[in-house]
Amino acid sequence: MAEMTPTTNNPFAYAPAPESRSVVDIAPSYGLFIDGEFTEAADGKVFKTVSPATEEVLSEVAQAGAADVDRAVKAARKAFEKWSALPGAERAKYLFRIARIIQERSRELAVLETLDNGKPIKETRDADLPLVAAHFFYYAGWADKLDHAGYGADPRPLGVAGQVIPWNFPLLMLAWKIAPALATGNTVVLKPAETTPLSALFFADICRQAGLPKGVVNILPGYGDTGAAIVAHDDVNKVAFTGSTAVGKEIARTVAGTEKKLTLELGGKGANIVFDDAPIDQAVEGIVSGIFFNQGQVCCAGSRLLVQESVQDELLDSLKRRLTTLRLGDPLDKNTDIGAINSAEQLARITALVETGEAEGAERWSAPCELPSSGYWFAPTLFTNVTQAHTVARDEIFGPVLSVLTFRTPEEAVAKANNSQYGLSAGIWTEKGSRILAVAERLRAGVVWANTFNKFDPTSPFGGYKESGFGREGGRHGLEAYLDV
Amino acid sequence: MPTTASAFADATASDSALRRFLHGLPGVDAVGLEARAAALGTRSIKTTAKAYAIDLAISMIDLTTLEGADTPGKVRALGAKAVHPDPTDRTTPRTAAVCVYPDMVATAKETVGDSGVLVASVATAFPAGRAALDVKLADVGDAVAAGADEIDMVIDRGAFLAGKYLKVYEEIRAVKVACERADGTRARLKVIFETGELSTYDNIRRASWLGMIAGADFIKTSTGKVGVNATPPNTLLMLEAVRDFRLQTGVQIGVKPAGGIRTSKDAVKFLVLVNETAGPDWLDNHWFRFGASSLLNDLLMQRQKLATGRYSGPDYVTVD
Amino acid sequence: MSDARLSVFKTYKLYVGGKFPRSESGRVYEVTSGKGEWLANAPLSSRKDARDAVVAARKAFGGWAGKTAYNRGQVLYRVAEMLEGRREQFVREVADAEGLSKSKAGAVVDAAIDRWVWYAGWTDKVAQIAGGANPVAGPYFNLSSPEPTGVVTVLAPQESSFLGLVSVLAPVIATGNTAVVIASERSPLPALSLGEVLATSDLPGGVVNVLSGRTAEIAAPLAAHQDVNGLDLCGADEVLAKELQVAAADNLKRVLRPQPVDDWTADPGTHRLTAFLETKTVWHPTGSLGASGSSY
Repeated sequence: MAEMTPTTNNPFAYAPAPESRSVVDIAPSYGLFIDGEFTEAADGKVFKTVSPATEEVLSEVAQAGAADVDRAVKAARKAFEKWSALPGAERAKYLFRIARIIQERSRELAVLETLDNGKPIKETRDADLPLVAAHFFYYAGWADKLDHAGYGADPRPLGVAGQVIPWNFPLLMLAWKIAPALATGNTVVLKPAETTPLSALFFADICRQAGLPKGVVNILPGYGDTGAAIVAHDDVNKVAFTGSTAVGKEIARTVAGTEKKLTLELGGKGANIVFDDAPIDQAVEGIVSGIFFNQGQVCCAGSRLLVQESVQDELLDSLKRRLTTLRLGDPLDKNTDIGAINSAEQLARITALVETGEAEGAERWSAPCELPSSGYWFAPTLFTNVTQAHTVARDEIFGPVLSVLTFRTPEEAVAKANNSQYGLSAGIWTEKGSRILAVAERLRAGVVWANTFNKFDPTSPFGGYKESGFGREGGRHGLEAYLDV
Repeated sequence: MPTTASAFADATASDSALRRFLHGLPGVDAVGLEARAAALGTRSIKTTAKAYAIDLAISMIDLTTLEGADTPGKVRALGAKAVHPDPTDRTTPRTAAVCVYPDMVATAKETVGDSGVLVASVATAFPAGRAALDVKLADVGDAVAAGADEIDMVIDRGAFLAGKYLKVYEEIRAVKVACERADGTRARLKVIFETGELSTYDNIRRASWLGMIAGADFIKTSTGKVGVNATPPNTLLMLEAVRDFRLQTGVQIGVKPAGGIRTSKDAVKFLVLVNETAGPDWLDNHWFRFGASSLLNDLLMQRQKLATGRYSGPDYVTVD
Repeated sequence: MSDARLSVFKTYKLYVGGKFPRSESGRVYEVTSGKGEWLANAPLSSRKDARDAVVAARKAFGGWAGKTAYNRGQVLYRVAEMLEGRREQFVREVADAEGLSKSKAGAVVDAAIDRWVWYAGWTDKVAQIAGGANPVAGPYFNLSSPEPTGVVTVLAPQESSFLGLVSVLAPVIATGNTAVVIASERSPLPALSLGEVLATSDLPGGVVNVLSGRTAEIAAPLAAHQDVNGLDLCGADEVLAKELQVAAADNLKRVLRPQPVDDWTADPGTHRLTAFLETKTVWHPTGSLGASGSSY
């Protein structure tokens, strides 16, 4: 545990407080989950999943190929007939069961997720897992109320949903995909990310515990080619993807000219706008959670801080002071604020973009902290003297790196905030109510947090404008993606 | 603190100037503040850190009795406990102070002697503060004359809520003068806001700055006599205020949450707030206090648990 | 003097940015009736005309989207009023274009006018069916509201040159989008005449831009255009639709695929109205009234 206060000799050094690993039993190997059974890949391929905090190999996981995708889609197609014909109230009960089992096993799943992803246990315990259970609970309740959802009487499911999810919130993204799909009567073939397959495989076990009919949920770990095979499969009726904008565009091309319904939740470069009359201490907290939550590996991160020039110095002083109190280290330690970067690849990408930022003349400041010797780590970092022209102000870094820009007037703030190919999230900090409403109205972003940031709820639709994707997940809106409407 | 007073001379030039200054402070978003306090409340303080925190918390207690039924016997017992909180373990730190009514100061002083435990006296018509200024000042004068090391005054909440900030300011200044002793030294002044009556976090921030520019040595949440006393968010807010005040003026001011802190777990959470908000410089009983009574026994039981590995019970700590 | 007065032909022009330009290409193409008779020469729009139309549509977007929903409703209703007054002209143009009898063409025009009225009434209701408060599990006020996507390219249906056109155009602009419409290739005249009606209906210039010409040629640059946000492929055949959809992926345009419409007079539902909407969700803390109400 490296606490980032090297200059003071703090007598109140928090002793290690690690969450016990023993609550989770990770098998040495896992198969694909197809038609209710764990099986090997047809070609016998496997890949290793490691803990990004230690580089320890956690397990060996079967890698799905095209033949496995075909088998899974067939299983899902077969299951669709009965699953979609089931009374909504019965489907609901399966989902309620799943929600409850997740709650029961949440500690185990939190530790598992922390091990496989590298994010702090504080987050998996207090954010990911509660939201996962809540999401299933929420959509469970919709299953027998679809007639009242505003999509006409007796709206029909689409069929087999092919879903590809990212590594930043492995189980939560699974919940965002699977819960509405099942509630509306679709069956699912889901690919978890190659660096974080384990929680999805544990979820497969939860499906079995819940007695979910075979083939309704199929889990296919694998790399991008597995995802591409799912997306391209002729008998998939619905494609849902969360991940990078580049891959999202490729998927959009793949499904062009087909009947497949598509929803995409992609990148972002969220502007967090701080006005001079902001509640400053809460704004600092919002900036911190906006960009350092989950090591900044969040599509809706507030990665651009737009601060009114008149309060820039004061705000940056407060922010830097606050960043020195962040605790980076063992993700299983309950006091860890900043965990590991998910993979060596991601760390390399972050490092490269930060180097670009420096090369382009932005001023870098990193919180003083010691990084563990093994694993993938990046110190919380901010760039000042950034303009709209800098790469670090335009490209999604997907890491703990904040770019600070200034503005003089609300018009300028809005213009800069909207000057992006993305449009996923934005933040507004001001004590003036009319300004909040005026700015919120003009921001081209799918979710706007005013005097707060990075808040999520199953009832609240989430999704982007522009190249951040289309379609919404969460809430009544989230049903539309899985209904033939 | 003439330097502080002169730094804010403009702000205190008139009622309207003072209002402009206080209302110009950054607003407080209640949900964000409470969320931050709650997040810090999830810190897991174990083993060595816990042992450190428990001893520190004991050393920060203003062991308090403020009852109509207080007697010399009660105050003597309290004083003895402050000096030797755990008679079975002389390594236990003594508390920072005992806190009593002015008429009990002499008794308290006599009991604690030269142990290092200070005597704090509430004053200014505690807890309501509803008396004429000269009565309040006489109250303070009595306590100081009787040997009080510290004075815990209450602000005039009625005046504050009516927007008469200058009246509150001047009253604090007057009390501060009354804290002076004949020998040129003076009692340290704690200013109680009764945050539960100020009601809003914005008011608590304003009161904090009002108290600080008026010369408070400590700002203190509450009297312990109303429904809502010290809470993590209101204490967090006051810690932000002293942090910012020191950054602006160089002057360090103490914080004292009082009332409602009964368990070790709570106390440790407050220390986490101190550590991560104002910073380690405040992790000292010169700068941070707990106004409490029953808290001490819970800390002692936890201390025994850490020492022995067994859970302790109320029969193993003294009831004074 | 003969009784037969020589009539005045109309020069059909594009409608772009509230003005009636000729095609930048300087070219026209012959438009014939269902029976093959020459009706008029229509502008043969080039990719530069398409580009200009996008510039006009983008310029108009902020103002149109920023108008009150009530005001947009008034404008759309005004379109119906203006059309009613020019009913005979459109009956003649539709009859010529689609080879319909006067009475059948009259029914089509009536339906088109009624469709404007239908969408005029939707402008200030769509937010109430597509948005709303979300009961999040925390001290936050959370509201989802629909907003227009931006500039939408509309490939008008090829067969139903007027009712079909109105049925795809009106829902796009009702919600605050601005549109670049590619008229039916074979029967562009009702669409070009509609521009004249729109110009006199209090509709700000640039909100609707009408292009005529070869659908595939005009649509290609529009589908690839980085400043176009949406694409309605109604008037594209299967091959063209796929090609355009692939191009549209470059900036992730919202694409409405061609869907067979047997009867344009049927209840249109809300599908087209919601196809080019974004959902914005705004959070704000509510919290307690003050420190004393704290749950701590």
